[in-house]
Amino acid sequence: MYGIIYVFIFLSVYVQVFFLVTFLEKKKQILVRTKPIELKEYPGVTIIIPCYGAEKTITGTIISLLDLDYPKDKLKLIIVDDGSKDNLLEVIEKFKENENIKILHKKNGGKYTAVNMGLEVTETPFVGCLDPDSFVDSQALKRIMTYFYDEETMAVAPSMIVSKPKNIIQGAQKAEYDMAVYNKKMLAFLGGIHVTPGPFSIFRKKVFDDLGPFRHAHNTEDQEIALRMHENHYKIEHCPDAYVYTVVPNTVKTLYRQRLRWIYGFIRNALDYRRLFFKKKYGHIAFFTLPSGMISILSVIFLFSMICFNFINFIIHKITLISVVGLHNAFFNSHFDFFFFNTKTIVFISIILYTSVIFSLLIGRRMLEGKFRVSFDIFYFMIIYSIISPFWILKAIFNATRSKESSWTREIDKREGKTVPQ
Amino acid sequence: MQKQFDWKRYVIVFFITVFLFLTALYVSNYFSNKKLDQLKSIQDNISIDVLSSETQYSLLSELSCKNVSDSVLSSELTDLGNKLEWSDQNLGNTTEVDYLKNYYSLLEIKDYLLAKKISSTCGVKSAFILYFYTTAQNCSECEKQGIALSSLRQKYPELKVYSFDFNTNLSAVKAMLAIYKIKDTALPAVVINDELLTGFQGIDSLDTKINDSFKLQTLQTLVPKTGKK
Repeated sequence: MYGIIYVFIFLSVYVQVFFLVTFLEKKKQILVRTKPIELKEYPGVTIIIPCYGAEKTITGTIISLLDLDYPKDKLKLIIVDDGSKDNLLEVIEKFKENENIKILHKKNGGKYTAVNMGLEVTETPFVGCLDPDSFVDSQALKRIMTYFYDEETMAVAPSMIVSKPKNIIQGAQKAEYDMAVYNKKMLAFLGGIHVTPGPFSIFRKKVFDDLGPFRHAHNTEDQEIALRMHENHYKIEHCPDAYVYTVVPNTVKTLYRQRLRWIYGFIRNALDYRRLFFKKKYGHIAFFTLPSGMISILSVIFLFSMICFNFINFIIHKITLISVVGLHNAFFNSHFDFFFFNTKTIVFISIILYTSVIFSLLIGRRMLEGKFRVSFDIFYFMIIYSIISPFWILKAIFNATRSKESSWTREIDKREGKTVPQ
Repeated sequence: MQKQFDWKRYVIVFFITVFLFLTALYVSNYFSNKKLDQLKSIQDNISIDVLSSETQYSLLSELSCKNVSDSVLSSELTDLGNKLEWSDQNLGNTTEVDYLKNYYSLLEIKDYLLAKKISSTCGVKSAFILYFYTTAQNCSECEKQGIALSSLRQKYPELKVYSFDFNTNLSAVKAMLAIYKIKDTALPAVVINDELLTGFQGIDSLDTKINDSFKLQTLQTLVPKTGKK
């Protein structure tokens, strides 16, 4: 048991060191701009907004897009109503007079079908999409477009930031998203980004002309398109100073549902693209990103088993203690002695691992805010994710073996508290 | 564009990770050795205590009981026992811990014999329990018995509990096992007032026996005094 745990901890530390070495090597190349910039030229960009049940947030999303610092005649918006059951239609109709906005309706078919409908009528050389619960910073598009000066860059992912966290669950996600900015930038340096997030990743239209539209892809089409691009040696970049604010789940249940879909999608997409694994011609996505993703999933399961095993032993010991000496003596008669402090190798390796995770989180935060900032969010993140993530990972593995998919539409319906037909 | 593959990065990261693991191993060993040194130091102190008490006892013919140290078994011996038990389960260096455990058992026996003599000669209020245990895999009730005895030791400072691992490879311990006819199938085993009790003994039943032991001792010390009169 301990042997397997050590192997997984070694691999987990290896992944963290890999990121750290990349950071030390490339840190001077991390570009974070604070002032507005001007581009040499402004190519046309279409933003598709696939909507389902977003009547409360869609207005903010559209307004943030209209406020983008980008020539108005070069920016087109396509709102695709994916058979919403709420008052979305009424809300988006208010924008139908705007000549830059096109509104399309269709029967509910899932997010990728809505984006594909928008792609069919896209005429600009660049295209992206934005989920209707996300909002863009006014400089985001210009900053992203600078990465397309490199002719080989085919897509650029933005930095996702949690919009106004209101409780501990959202606070924990804020810390996680901050860390993801660092991880994503390091993966971009390595050419190993495995997902072009739904909110505001911008693609050359050529990508879809060459490789075809989005696919169903286990409800994680943004992962599938990234893997398909890697298979065809298309370069994906990350723009750390293009900020996109997104509303994240605010309860454990909705967070669980969302992550179940993500992890399930990752496992299934990785299996669908298993031909990429350990093939030299695909570079770091083949040797690092995909294997390390799989290792992370398995590590969490094994570490969780170890923690559960120790916790159960601890509980059994306490129960024995209480049964023999009674409740009071069991808890109030112990004294601390440093001698009994666990100094096994695994403890110090775990300290190294946790320190490196906190370090990457702080670097991500520095990339976003310009300074290292320690906050309670980090503590929430460590605790909440350590406890809950093994459950969605276990369930995702279980579902993956049975090909039982979660649905984007159903996830939103449940979040909104609607009755869902099974 | 086909990607250039960078083997060097993977090799460098591998060596850095190995270095971090070796550092963790070194730090862990450092603390383990510190703990073993601490155990050795406690044992040396106890050894001197026991030797000193033995010497005092030899001088008893010339000195009165007033001069005999009140508590031969210092609380350090109990503390040492707990630490050795923990080390046995948690420290990697089993040979060293086994050696220290053997030495500890020997010190316990010496302390037991001496304390018993002093108690009967000088009438020091005390009770003695010999406790035999083995690993949790082979003895499901031993943990409970250990807890019960620790609790009683806290309640009665005059109670002296001597714990012996059944598997200790020491002739002195083997002799005790033979004297009390203790078998590994009947563990935990407790000897109090020369009576062997096998299986888990609850706090209440042991409490009664300990009090009986105190009464017995009072009687024993009263008889010689009455005789003198």
